[in-house]
Amino acid sequence: MKKEIMPSILLSLSCLVLFCVIYPGIIWAVAQLAPGKGEGFTVTANGKKYYRNIGQKFTDDKYFWSRPSAVDYNAAGSGGSNKGPANPEFLKQVQDRVDTFMKHNPEANKALLPVDLVTASGSGLDPDLSVAGAMIQVARIARTRHLDATQINALIGKNTVHPLAGILGPEKVNVLTLNLALDHEMHP
Amino acid sequence: MNTEIIGIVVMFLATLLLAVPLGRYIARVYAGDAVWTDKIFGPIEKLFYKVSGINPAQEMGWKQHLAALLTINMVWFLWALFCLLNQSWLPLNPDHNPNQTPDLAWNTAISFLVNCNLQQYSGESGVSYFSQVYALMFLQFVSAGTGMAAAAVVFNALRERTSEKLGNFYNYFLKSCTRILLPLCLIIATIHVFEGTTMTWKGIDTLTTLQGDTMHVSRGPVASFVAIKHLGTNGGGFFGANSAHPIENPTYLTNMVQMIAQILIPFAMVFAFGYYTRKKKLAWVIWSVMTIGFLLLVIPAIISEVQGNPMIGKMGISAGSNLEGKEMRFGATASAFWSIATTVISTGSVNAMHDSFMPISGMNMLLGMMINSFYGGVGVGFLNFFVYLILAVFIGGLMVGRTPEFMGKKIEAREMKIAMIIALLHPFLILAGTALSSYFTAHDTNMGWWFADAAGKHNASGWLNNPSYHGFSEMLYQYTSSSANNGSGFEGLADNNPFWNITTGIVLLFSRFLPIIGPVAIAGLMAQKKFIPESSGTLKTDTGTFGLLIFAVKVIIAALAFFPALALGPIAEWLSMK
Repeated sequence: MKKEIMPSILLSLSCLVLFCVIYPGIIWAVAQLAPGKGEGFTVTANGKKYYRNIGQKFTDDKYFWSRPSAVDYNAAGSGGSNKGPANPEFLKQVQDRVDTFMKHNPEANKALLPVDLVTASGSGLDPDLSVAGAMIQVARIARTRHLDATQINALIGKNTVHPLAGILGPEKVNVLTLNLALDHEMHP
Repeated sequence: MNTEIIGIVVMFLATLLLAVPLGRYIARVYAGDAVWTDKIFGPIEKLFYKVSGINPAQEMGWKQHLAALLTINMVWFLWALFCLLNQSWLPLNPDHNPNQTPDLAWNTAISFLVNCNLQQYSGESGVSYFSQVYALMFLQFVSAGTGMAAAAVVFNALRERTSEKLGNFYNYFLKSCTRILLPLCLIIATIHVFEGTTMTWKGIDTLTTLQGDTMHVSRGPVASFVAIKHLGTNGGGFFGANSAHPIENPTYLTNMVQMIAQILIPFAMVFAFGYYTRKKKLAWVIWSVMTIGFLLLVIPAIISEVQGNPMIGKMGISAGSNLEGKEMRFGATASAFWSIATTVISTGSVNAMHDSFMPISGMNMLLGMMINSFYGGVGVGFLNFFVYLILAVFIGGLMVGRTPEFMGKKIEAREMKIAMIIALLHPFLILAGTALSSYFTAHDTNMGWWFADAAGKHNASGWLNNPSYHGFSEMLYQYTSSSANNGSGFEGLADNNPFWNITTGIVLLFSRFLPIIGPVAIAGLMAQKKFIPESSGTLKTDTGTFGLLIFAVKVIIAALAFFPALALGPIAEWLSMK
């Protein structure tokens, strides 16, 4: 084994240069050609910058709410609740979310409230909602913003992200872009 | 069919379509035949050998292979330990993350060294960019290369001849990294940067949200990391939420790419074995056994996740999938598919939080890791399967009254003893660990220095995040994941403390190196034996019947060893939710 020590150390150093200096260097150079130059995709509105892929906390009645988050949308400490499906504490939390939602949305039909609006995501930073999750909030937003419901429905339609290539994966709505569109609609 | 189902079917078929030609390519690389990457990487490898004083043409016996493998792994372990213990003053630490504690560094260094990537820290706050790239990503490359090199030694030993010379370890190792892992990583990482994964050396960004809150956003050199994380079946996330994080896995497309990347080489190694030893039919038998096992686990998991949580259904809201811990851009179907794929293969990356899955899914994840060779990790998955194969040959031979032979070599007592030890080591490590931690939990032992919860209390039950059966499953999962070198977790468990760091670290070391040493030793011993050409008296191994026999051996060992533990955890939880 002793005679393997020096070759091992030298080969490791060579590999370190190739896999940890040259390889990330190439990818960094490629990233300079990508949108956002490898610093994340952003959207700018009213001179302010937001990360498009990273969900934000929306609890204000005039905005579409985002999903609950176990880490309160802390993008410097992602994570889920890690509560088991039969955990009484977890089930109580879900029930509370249902009640809170119904209190703020008295016009909504409870039987149509989708699960994603009352369960926390895996990262705590989920940027998306199901289409049903956006639809059920339309009445509340129309009321708070004095807008026409059909107008808001059209906005959801415009901001729906369809499955990849039309056939792969779920349909969803990006909450941030939807809310930005909503603000834009009100103050064009 | 709905778009979520089509998504996973396309994902699976695309992997198979890519794996067959990749397997042929891998076989050519290990056989030393001319391949198209010679022009680019040939000169680089020559330079590396010159610098290191290695003669790649010098053939080694199986003991020399193991000596080289263990020595170089020791070097890597010390390097990683140094990085993690000193990261606060080393460069590339824009977020000023502190040094890891010694017990955490021990666990982290081992778990990346052994291709497990059990992470008891969160990437955002627990490591610097220096550690991420120079220690952890480095280990993700070389530990995958180690597993593949060990498999290459076994391939070589099973050729139809008598020999002690089984190629050169450094040659197999370096070529696995340069010819197979690196080129594919370049493609995967490039796709990621164009889909929104970051590749920057800048630290946390602060911004004000639309609603007016202040928000901190962690970033980093993620794209290069996430590519090898999956291709090498490592699974360690750059961020705490792993591939559920919207920077680490931003779109359905990246989700597909990551999924394909992690199954690709485990598939391809089986086909490479077929091409290398000219036993293509046997390779397909092996692949089919693995696939049937995978489907038996994945289909119930998808059904139970899509059906959702009956206890939430009772609240009178719209009936839907189980979405706690899941991301909307992947959906329940792709998340369930991922959860089983990542556990049958030893990746252990997650795109949804396993702790919050339904009991049946949790059980199937556990079973995937307990059997640990329905595909399995890069290289080592094949080695684990090889152990079962030897057992099946022996049992089959005895059943029909023929001398047990495999690939023209007799299987005798010595090989059988090694195979049995390796097959039983896995349940022993899992069950002993779970028994120990369950004892402390049940007695609510004062753990002293070994454990303290967030409130500073030392009671053992404080490490559980869930009560009752699910709490037991959390502990069972942690040791199963460690022993399978998987790295996923029921992450609710408070595992960053000396008790869990040290005990799982020990399990990791044993469960990595013994299952490499065992199969290499068996193959090495077999290679020295006289080659007996196949005759009418030989038990045929490339048939469906033999495939069924291997499957039965696996099921019997797993059922006997693990059924009681599963009954106490996920099965009891499932019954309680009825």
